[in-house]
Amino acid sequence: MEIIEHYLYTKEHEWINVEENIGTIGITDYAQSALGDITFIELPKEDTEVEQFEEFVSIESVKAASDIFSPMSGRVIEINPKLEDDPSTVNKHCYTKGWMVKIEIASMDETSNLMTAEEYENYLESLEH
Amino acid sequence: MPPDVVLKNTPLEQEHLALGAKMVGFGGWNMPLQYEGILQEFDYNRKTVSLFDCSHMGEFLIEGDLKTSGLDGIITQTLEDMPVKTCRYGTMLNAQGGVIDDLIVYKIADEKWMVVVNASNIDKDRQHFQAHLTKSAKFQDVSMRTAKLDLQGPMSRDVLNQLVPDIGKLEYYCFDEFDLLGQKVIISRTGYTGELGYEIYYPWIKAKELWKEILKNGNVKPTGLGVRDVLRIEMCYPLYGHELDETISPLEAGLKKFVDFDKDFIGKEALLKQEKSGVKRKAVCFVSESRRAPRSHHKIYTCDGQEVGGATSGTFSPALERGIGIGLVSAAFKIGDKISFGDEKNKNSADVAARPFYKNGSLKN
Repeated sequence: MEIIEHYLYTKEHEWINVEENIGTIGITDYAQSALGDITFIELPKEDTEVEQFEEFVSIESVKAASDIFSPMSGRVIEINPKLEDDPSTVNKHCYTKGWMVKIEIASMDETSNLMTAEEYENYLESLEH
Repeated sequence: MPPDVVLKNTPLEQEHLALGAKMVGFGGWNMPLQYEGILQEFDYNRKTVSLFDCSHMGEFLIEGDLKTSGLDGIITQTLEDMPVKTCRYGTMLNAQGGVIDDLIVYKIADEKWMVVVNASNIDKDRQHFQAHLTKSAKFQDVSMRTAKLDLQGPMSRDVLNQLVPDIGKLEYYCFDEFDLLGQKVIISRTGYTGELGYEIYYPWIKAKELWKEILKNGNVKPTGLGVRDVLRIEMCYPLYGHELDETISPLEAGLKKFVDFDKDFIGKEALLKQEKSGVKRKAVCFVSESRRAPRSHHKIYTCDGQEVGGATSGTFSPALERGIGIGLVSAAFKIGDKISFGDEKNKNSADVAARPFYKNGSLKN
């Protein structure tokens, strides 16, 4: 499973890339692989306020529906417009072109509730046993 | 599934694992959910050829006179005028008219039949047959020595032709015995995908050889239960446990044409009563206005928000690029009527559609 070194991760397999006070959010390689072919993604509206670990994206694969939780609190400032027409971008490029939402981060304290790449890698290993 | 439940394996478990299949428990069996991915496998089936391991399904052999054996009274479908070497789809019911199982009957000879049933129902089906067949009937459950491989897709005839030279003579819903890799076996032109296809009943202990031989043909790819469900929903074929169960009658499920009211069968009285008073629920097929798919826990609402039933199956349809679903509802809808599916929080618009959703299949080519 691919993991990006400088991103932060949740137990629900979301990632967030923190740059200044902006967080770009998506799902991990593990998540996209577990979901299978993604067929539909519903993103929040811009300016929506989200709490850390609150569900804010719904995602469907051929056979299942699931919720994506925001890794941090903040205000939605941008959504990825490509995902409506081509949700499979998340399967192909989950860490790059398949990003979902950008938020303006409310509080940097919350990063302490997230895992580093190394911690996430150990977490994935623990799931296999 | 609780960890103490031991799943049964088909003779091809090791083959599935070697092909990298994701496995899943289904009806008590450890089965391949997918190999490469559902959408890729969808294309194999609809455009070339796909191979399914359906060895989990049940096969019963029944010998005896149709009427005196009791067989005719167990199955709702007309069997009396069936030519030898043909198949018919039907159901068997409890006394209340609920479906114990849906099945396919094969007439092998004047007094010899094979009945193919769902994997999850093998035990209760066997008990039902044994309880209702008379002493003059000889009944055998051959499920655990009969593998079944389904070769399905527009090019399936060409592929099978290389192993069975006279397969081309087989018409839709007919079968025959053929020589296949040295085994004399039943092959029927039937399936569950909406494409031209064949079901091959093969000795359990030889199944691995047949599986490997068929996959030597580069046009054939293995496909799992995940895509099988998508393909059958596009055809509006019922799946036991979803569209059918012991509380749902074939009239409610829209399967009236597989019920012969001119003969006696178990459950007939209950169906006649239902027919007279009108069914209270009916199966409905619907297409989502978006790519969002109905799921079997979703409720169904009229366009003004009144709850009228629930979805029994749902999926994203690659053919329509829309969500599609089947449901059971208490209201009468016409094709084109607007409904919605979801829950109180999140309702999604859909149109009532004609069966099947997918109309361009190679099924009868």
